[in-house]
Amino acid sequence: MTDRFEVHEHDVLIIGAGGAGLRAAIEALAQGASVGVVCKSLLGKAHTVMAEGGIAAAMANVDTADDWRTHFRDTMNGGKFLNNWRMAHLHAQEAPERVRELEQWGALFDRTADGQILQRAFGGHSFKRLCHVGDRTGLEMIRTLQDRGVSLGFNVYMECAITRLLKDGDRVCGAFGYWREHGRFVIFKAKSVVIATGGIGKAWPITSNSWEYTGDGMSLAYNAGAELLDMEFVQFHPTGMVWPPGVQGLLVTEAVRGEGGILRNKLGERFMEKYDPKRMELSTRDVVARSIYTEVREGRGTEHGGAFLDISHKPAEYVKRKLPSMYHQFKELADVDITAGPMEVGPTCHYMMGGIRVEAETGAATLPGLYAAGEAAAGLHGANRLGGNSLSDLLVFGRRAGLAAAQFAKQNANITLDQSQINAAEREMLEPFERTGDEGPYEIHRDLQETMQALVGIFRVESDLKDALAKLESLKARAERARVDGSRMFNPGWHLAKDLRSMLLISEAVARSALVRKESRGAHSRIDFPEYDAQWGKQNNLIKRDGEKMQLRQEPVKEMPDDLKQILAESK
Amino acid sequence: MAEAVLRVFRGDNTSGSSQDFTVPLVPGMVVLDALHHIQGHHAPDLAVRWNCKAGKCGSCSAEVNGRPKLTCKTRMDALPTDQPITVNPLKSFPVIKDLVTDVSWNYQVNKKIPAFQAKANTDWKMYQKDIDRVQEFRKCIECFLCQDVCHVLRDHDKKQEFAGPRFFVRVAGLEMHPLDAVSRTALLKNEMGIGYCNITKCCTEVCPEDIHITDNAIIPLKERVVDDFYDPILGIVRKIKKMVSSD
Repeated sequence: MTDRFEVHEHDVLIIGAGGAGLRAAIEALAQGASVGVVCKSLLGKAHTVMAEGGIAAAMANVDTADDWRTHFRDTMNGGKFLNNWRMAHLHAQEAPERVRELEQWGALFDRTADGQILQRAFGGHSFKRLCHVGDRTGLEMIRTLQDRGVSLGFNVYMECAITRLLKDGDRVCGAFGYWREHGRFVIFKAKSVVIATGGIGKAWPITSNSWEYTGDGMSLAYNAGAELLDMEFVQFHPTGMVWPPGVQGLLVTEAVRGEGGILRNKLGERFMEKYDPKRMELSTRDVVARSIYTEVREGRGTEHGGAFLDISHKPAEYVKRKLPSMYHQFKELADVDITAGPMEVGPTCHYMMGGIRVEAETGAATLPGLYAAGEAAAGLHGANRLGGNSLSDLLVFGRRAGLAAAQFAKQNANITLDQSQINAAEREMLEPFERTGDEGPYEIHRDLQETMQALVGIFRVESDLKDALAKLESLKARAERARVDGSRMFNPGWHLAKDLRSMLLISEAVARSALVRKESRGAHSRIDFPEYDAQWGKQNNLIKRDGEKMQLRQEPVKEMPDDLKQILAESK
Repeated sequence: MAEAVLRVFRGDNTSGSSQDFTVPLVPGMVVLDALHHIQGHHAPDLAVRWNCKAGKCGSCSAEVNGRPKLTCKTRMDALPTDQPITVNPLKSFPVIKDLVTDVSWNYQVNKKIPAFQAKANTDWKMYQKDIDRVQEFRKCIECFLCQDVCHVLRDHDKKQEFAGPRFFVRVAGLEMHPLDAVSRTALLKNEMGIGYCNITKCCTEVCPEDIHITDNAIIPLKERVVDDFYDPILGIVRKIKKMVSSD
């Protein structure tokens, strides 16, 4: 019945080849599963390569007083206690072992004087905790995982995009997609599926994210009937480049502040003294981003609407050794020598704390056979993620999702593909070529980005959010008429028409969740509700598909066991 | 507003020609921004590979005015705009469409290289001075510009016999890892064809990560091959050393 299409069968299908997807693949292979990894780009290009500062793990190599309890407490504090505490618990406990494993697979971290893995300070972490390689930690991690996966013999389907999950009754049984090279369709029949597709940064124009960050995995899961969690929490990284316009949004690693960088406004004031006198520049990202934004809004910003970030008080050689990418990035793209003077920085859309709702131990989504890990999944980071906790998240929960998906595949082997779903998925992809509308996907994407930047940004207010939802409706209507030109061969316009559907859907989930959360917490700041709300502090937002409608409900945060409560109560 | 003309290759592996596009210039603009402008306003199906737009993923390689470049790091204001700026796909690999080439051969070569394998009973202590040189090799972002410019691949198409600079860099990173227990010199000599390299240093010149590919990776590897295969005494010494350290 599927004769028309190329079909690949695997026990476990992994969508996404960043840190979480690759770590999941390695674990599923170790369980003896047949594993397929599908990715929109070439292997090794996933956005994990952009991670700069490091992997947070309480290894206590530099600050010997550190331990998992402190890491757990820092993570919960940073997430304003909305985190899934069980995930924060597992994450803090398992991160050190996951880092050691990378080293055993060939990764080379910077070293302490006594030959151990060196760790650096980062915002919101009580101790020097981030294992790093200069400012290119993500590259080291992805290359190590890639080499490990290749040596174990995984199947990678590169430049292949998944457009729909396929279901057998309630359970997920594979996916439908297309090869970017020639545009032909492909079916993956799989006993379990792990989503590791990252976030949704491309719905905003000023972002540190790559083109791949279009909310695909969250949208696939939602359309298949899985629940999304806490979608209002979008992290704006405090320091992106603001000048020149061509590089606006490009990430300036938090490691600049970790290594001693100082923030000043145009008057030369070290303004973090006002907002967080204790932690200063190493406050959490939500606080620093809001502080810079406020300085600019109140007229104390730099010429190009940012703040100054200065590391030039450190010896030039030290800066070049610890922050080589930053040195070259500013030198080559902005004509600024960061060893001699300050950088201009401002907030940039960076990370999605919300995502697919998963079970802490297994990464299981709310549909049988479906798993998620990394940025696509939600829970670990609560209302705000600490820097460095993302790479460790990928490793800890990538491994757990791969393990559970392989076990599920063993125990639930019988699956049947449904021709009608395949036909519908094919139809959906071909239809844009037949349209005769007068605009293409690029215009609509630009308008979506403008809407999200203006109305669903760092500071939010009810009228803006309502306005955003109305605008999203009209953008959706336009997207349904958007025409695609050219052939099916490596056609970015066609691809964007697909990605646009995901972006519009997930943007709506963000705006709806942001509208109902009538409080300010972590990355979600409401001008009309500037304080914490005790009731909202105890509940998560959940989104699920109800026919063609988006259903939103609240669920109480689970009660934490006493031993963990005790850890939170302890002072540092 | 100032403008520039980009002369971009459009076509596939059977036929193609260059097409001119006019783009407005903005401060700090890079060639990749110009290509995105063309996609968004003139040619929505223009095929371009890119990811991070920050020089960290190595996806957006192309030949700009005949030079192999990352388009995300090539500033428009560094190029003469009184004549069209040519943008062509990497010459050493077959074109798929427009600026996108088939680089799958690289992934096949990579599979031949035995992965890192730790010496037995290691305590995982390593010192910065011992890993500095290996970290240089691990900066590689796999943009394949070195593969594109290497004349053994570009002009002589020795893809069956020669692995190319990228993979000598990878092997150097493994061979010089202080805790690695595997020898890859036979692979270098036989399957990877390191002897074909006559150290013209073209690869080093185009590396966007400033890896000293020829001096720090290829020449030391050539020396190891010589020691193991053409200098029997040194070869035996090295073998004994590996045996002792992996006990």
